Amino acid sequence: MAFLSYLINGLSLGSVYAIIALGYTMVYGIAKMLNFAHGDIMMVGAYVAFFALTSFGIPVIPSVLLSMLATTVLGVVIERLAYKPLRHATSLSVLITAIGVSYFLQNGAQLLWSSSTKVFPAIISNGSVKLFGGELQISYLTLVTIVVCIAVMVCLTLFINKTKTGMAMRACSEDKGAATLMGINVNMIISITFAIGSGIAAIAAVLLCATYPTLSPTLGSMPGIKAFTAAVFGGIGSIPGAFLGGLMLGVIEILAKAYVSTQLSDAIVFAVLIIVLLIKPTGLLGRKLSEKV
Amino acid sequence: MKFEKLLKGGLAALMAVSMAACSGGNSGTTETTTTTDGGETTTETTAGAGAFKLGGSGPLSGGAAVYGNAVKNAAELAVAEINAKGGAIQFELNMQDDEHDAEKAVNAYNALKDWGMQVSLCTVTSAPGAAVAPLYQEDQTFAITPSGSSLAVIFADADNQTGEYGNVFQMCFTDPNQGVASADYLSAHKDLGTKVAVIYKNDDNYSTGIYNKFVSEAKEKGLEIVYAGTFAGEDNDFNVQLTKAKEEGAEILFLPIYYQPASTILKQANDMDYKPVVFGVDGMDGILSMEGFDTSLAEGVYLLTPFSADASDDLTKNFVKNYQDKYGEIPNQFAADAYDAVYAIAQALEAAGCTNDMSNADICSALCKQFTSMTFNGLTGTDVTWNPKGEVSKAPKAVIIENGVYVGVED
Repeated sequence: MAFLSYLINGLSLGSVYAIIALGYTMVYGIAKMLNFAHGDIMMVGAYVAFFALTSFGIPVIPSVLLSMLATTVLGVVIERLAYKPLRHATSLSVLITAIGVSYFLQNGAQLLWSSSTKVFPAIISNGSVKLFGGELQISYLTLVTIVVCIAVMVCLTLFINKTKTGMAMRACSEDKGAATLMGINVNMIISITFAIGSGIAAIAAVLLCATYPTLSPTLGSMPGIKAFTAAVFGGIGSIPGAFLGGLMLGVIEILAKAYVSTQLSDAIVFAVLIIVLLIKPTGLLGRKLSEKV
Repeated sequence: MKFEKLLKGGLAALMAVSMAACSGGNSGTTETTTTTDGGETTTETTAGAGAFKLGGSGPLSGGAAVYGNAVKNAAELAVAEINAKGGAIQFELNMQDDEHDAEKAVNAYNALKDWGMQVSLCTVTSAPGAAVAPLYQEDQTFAITPSGSSLAVIFADADNQTGEYGNVFQMCFTDPNQGVASADYLSAHKDLGTKVAVIYKNDDNYSTGIYNKFVSEAKEKGLEIVYAGTFAGEDNDFNVQLTKAKEEGAEILFLPIYYQPASTILKQANDMDYKPVVFGVDGMDGILSMEGFDTSLAEGVYLLTPFSADASDDLTKNFVKNYQDKYGEIPNQFAADAYDAVYAIAQALEAAGCTNDMSNADICSALCKQFTSMTFNGLTGTDVTWNPKGEVSKAPKAVIIENGVYVGVED
């Protein structure tokens, strides 16, 4: 029974990683850049939701929407100011810029909201579903986290595959030059990608803070790195890959903690990542793209 | 273009502000320091001429900010009281923010050195203290930490307790002491349970120090440690550790960690309907003053402290009243230790006949001599003495949280 309980905990943690990883993977898939500031955009989302819930007393759903709006705008603004001028620069310059933006957001948050930890209010009632005569308890929060993650994944996949904008995104991902020739506004598509990725980050932020209720300006860095790992694990650029990678990462982490050692859990997670990449260099669901000559 | 202009304007304004801030300090015989506490700005003037420059650093922001601010507030209070008496010993206080980070503590130390610090409250927390203690030894500046309880603050080789710095003292009891006291209390109260689970932070020498001593003591005293889980860095998922502890049937959850992760553990334990007896150490102090924390989660939590604000002696009553008047909250043990540390320094300086034109090394050797020979009566203990290694002779006491306040438990 303990195993099931660990598994569910792992899925819940993995769901949060998966949602953050979706943002990484979308931006990478379309703009071919690693947005290392993604975790910090999530952190800003968490603060917006926190203030909406506590200082303004806004109910949960509107708070989440407000927080999504804020991160969407932030994501687009960051793309415009920091990344767009570097569209034709080497990928290394963009990477360093992204790290710079990440620090800018962290330090800005420290300045604005101080680095004292805040306690995030409970947004979902404390109850739990009891199975097997109360031996297995699944809190509502865990269920909501997993359900939201699946919903986000499904919506995103439908959006990418069934809408015109989605098709344009896929086109940009395959060949920007050809997409431009077909009359697609590539800059616009990249902005939309950042908007969606950042908006989703706010959902992840609220779920993360609901589960682990401490809020600080460095909140985004560790989950950000884990989610990036999850994206690589699943095959960066692939949306189902990010989902699968996130869930697996969460489950491996929790099971390693439970059955091997709490001290070694992160090392085990990364060891698994290395093994997967050795066997399948593009990640679990990554496609092998032939280099254009 | 407009954007550029705006940027330039902003930069100019920033520079003006920073220059104004620079010229604020060291402006003659009286110095005005401005401190901000929770949005409220207070300005106070401390005596300048003939005063000893008392430095120190602590987490004024970040995850352990409750400690740093408690120490800063209490030290300010003690300095103001001592200065107001107008005796031979006057102080000028400078508390820097180190965010409970060893690297930032070294930066803070350098800033204090440039400022001309003569005596020091060292650091508030252990890991930064361990980083700056060798610097204090090298520069022969006297330091006493109010609350850095790790052995690594006073010993270069903490594992073997050798290589003591000699000029770094502790106002609080040491970590091994806390491990022993915790094991003692639990073995004397076996009605609470004998199966103990421990969750400790394995990248923090404060936490591992207490844990190691607790393990060896607990075994001798008939306590069974059924599970020991660790976490590191900013981990905030304790579901696995708690599930394991519950599985193993632990009746007592021993948490030799700081209050911030402890608050998360209490919440997650509550969420999974696991209600062990929670036993914390001095790091648990501060949990009740966390912003937004549901204090009902901490009901029935035990913790170790040398100080309880409900004591009825005059010294405690006055201190609690003055502290509450000035800062609007009940002081915790960190505040009490800091208050005592400042008074102990004042007592030693006066007894040694030090003046502020003496060199740091002279003050240091005079103070070391005083500290190892004098007895001190303060908030956190009577007839307190120090040994030449810098350890204090003080015993931790257990208290329990009932209705949101500490209540002493008789042993």
